[in-house]
Amino acid sequence: MSENDFQPGGDRFPLTRRSVIEAIGSIDAEEREQALESLCAAYWRPIYKYIRLRWNRPSDEAQDLTQGFFVEAFERELLERFDPKKSRLRTYLRLCVDSFVSNESKASRRQKRGGDIPHFALDFSAAEQELSHAVMDPAAIPSSESLEEFFEKEWVRSLFTLAVEELRQLCMARERERTFRLFEAYDLEDSQKISYEQLSKEFGIPVTDVTNALAWARREFRRIALERLHELCGSEEEFQREARAVFGWEAK
Amino acid sequence: MKFLSDRALARLRDATDIPDLTGTRYRLVERVARGGMGVVYLAEDEKLQRRVALKVLDVPGADGDLASRLIREAQVLARLEHPGIVPVHDVGTLADGRVFYTMKFVRGQRFDKYVESIASITDRLRIFLRICDAVAFAHARGVLHRDLKPANIMVGSFGEVLVMDWGLAKLLHGVGGGQPPSSDPGATIFEKPGAVRNTETSTELSGATGHGTVMGTPGYMSPEQARGDVEHLDSRSDIFSLGVLLRFLLTGEPTAAPSEKRSLDRALEAICGKATAHDARDRYTTAQDLAQDVSRYLDGFAVAAHRESVFERLGRFYRRYRFFILLIAAYLVMRVLVLFFMHR
Repeated sequence: MSENDFQPGGDRFPLTRRSVIEAIGSIDAEEREQALESLCAAYWRPIYKYIRLRWNRPSDEAQDLTQGFFVEAFERELLERFDPKKSRLRTYLRLCVDSFVSNESKASRRQKRGGDIPHFALDFSAAEQELSHAVMDPAAIPSSESLEEFFEKEWVRSLFTLAVEELRQLCMARERERTFRLFEAYDLEDSQKISYEQLSKEFGIPVTDVTNALAWARREFRRIALERLHELCGSEEEFQREARAVFGWEAK
Repeated sequence: MKFLSDRALARLRDATDIPDLTGTRYRLVERVARGGMGVVYLAEDEKLQRRVALKVLDVPGADGDLASRLIREAQVLARLEHPGIVPVHDVGTLADGRVFYTMKFVRGQRFDKYVESIASITDRLRIFLRICDAVAFAHARGVLHRDLKPANIMVGSFGEVLVMDWGLAKLLHGVGGGQPPSSDPGATIFEKPGAVRNTETSTELSGATGHGTVMGTPGYMSPEQARGDVEHLDSRSDIFSLGVLLRFLLTGEPTAAPSEKRSLDRALEAICGKATAHDARDRYTTAQDLAQDVSRYLDGFAVAAHRESVFERLGRFYRRYRFFILLIAAYLVMRVLVLFFMHR
């Protein structure tokens, strides 16, 4: 068998979403807007939390700065200047945020915000609540050295959260609500891990159905998360690198 | 949206890391190692009831460079049926979209660990000969390994020597017996123009094929490989790596230059020197030639790589026929003593 006639089942997993980096430079305004929306959806939480902690800004100011950053990114075409050969997108964005916030003493610029970019529903109160999980324990407040790590971790949390949400929608669309509930109970709950047998009793189904449902949900979650990630990377090489970092494959 | 705690993130990572073997004949037993592009697991082949090594990519999709690389690696291995090369059993795509292949599970030690327990130079050279055999076989089938180093050689529990990790292999055209597995004219596997990739530490992944590409392990790579002179690589590039491997075996130092800490016998030094010559034209032409020179050294014959002085020739003659020379010397001494006492 040659490589050309290799017919894997992997065609169920095409990473077909166009990179937001390419789409943001598109001449099609709708495509550009969608790309920015995708970028914003994946990054606003880590950026908001990062501004709160790294720049020690109060919640309302951090909200303003987060929105302002995306306006700036859109207006000044920051993303079009991103070169995937030089850095990862998230590193580039974090540095842009630093630069943006440090230059943000001019109030006039703040007043300009909010006009030209698409409107996103940014749930800052939820982000603030999430942040409170992190700062309740004083030892968990990131030091300046670990802020980069913090940003990356929040970015992974954001990516996985979006993937879980997409999985939930997929389950609803395919009438697999129970599968999602099983996945939620087994893989997402913060409490002690529940056993397959317990889930089997709780849902009144055989253990094999539990394991099959979980295998399906994990497979779909993995596919969705990788697709999202692919979309948010500037190059195939960056995607491969990021996949290793995001899924913790480098460390294992 | 549900907030994902750190524990949930860790669980999701773990859950998505495990390959989904649904619909295959394999059952995961344990994780064995992580490589540059994926993970190797010990798995149970439930049909044949035997244990196999299952190498699986991290990222799904069979159309990517990495997937092509893994498939090509399996195809290269499949055409190399030799006791010194780990046999591949199966290749395919898992339900989660990741490409995998299974191969013989080798129980044993990594070469560099194994040789620590072998003090005798002769025994080390005999192991080296078996590596040369496997590499010579691959060359005869039109395959260059391009990443020969101790980490890619295993010694099994019965002393069998296996050359592993053919992920960087290059298929040579027009070399006896070799049939390129695809129509890819370059048939050079997974290369990306850019900086040198240390395959021991690199997590960078593959891209386009082409001249100017540098892949391999610094220290073991031939100068032409390090230059990215992909089109002109031939078996002499692997011979360079074998030369470094030989010097590592003899001195513990993986270097092409003579060791400063430990001096070698001149003939062995000459063999290493010829194998690792900077100019490929000055090296052994084939792995068999290198192996033959090492064999000649082991048998006490002159090696092709070294022109001996008269004293060296005498020394080698003495070492080779030491028993007979000592026997004759003892006889002559006895004779002299007998004559001496008879004439007193």
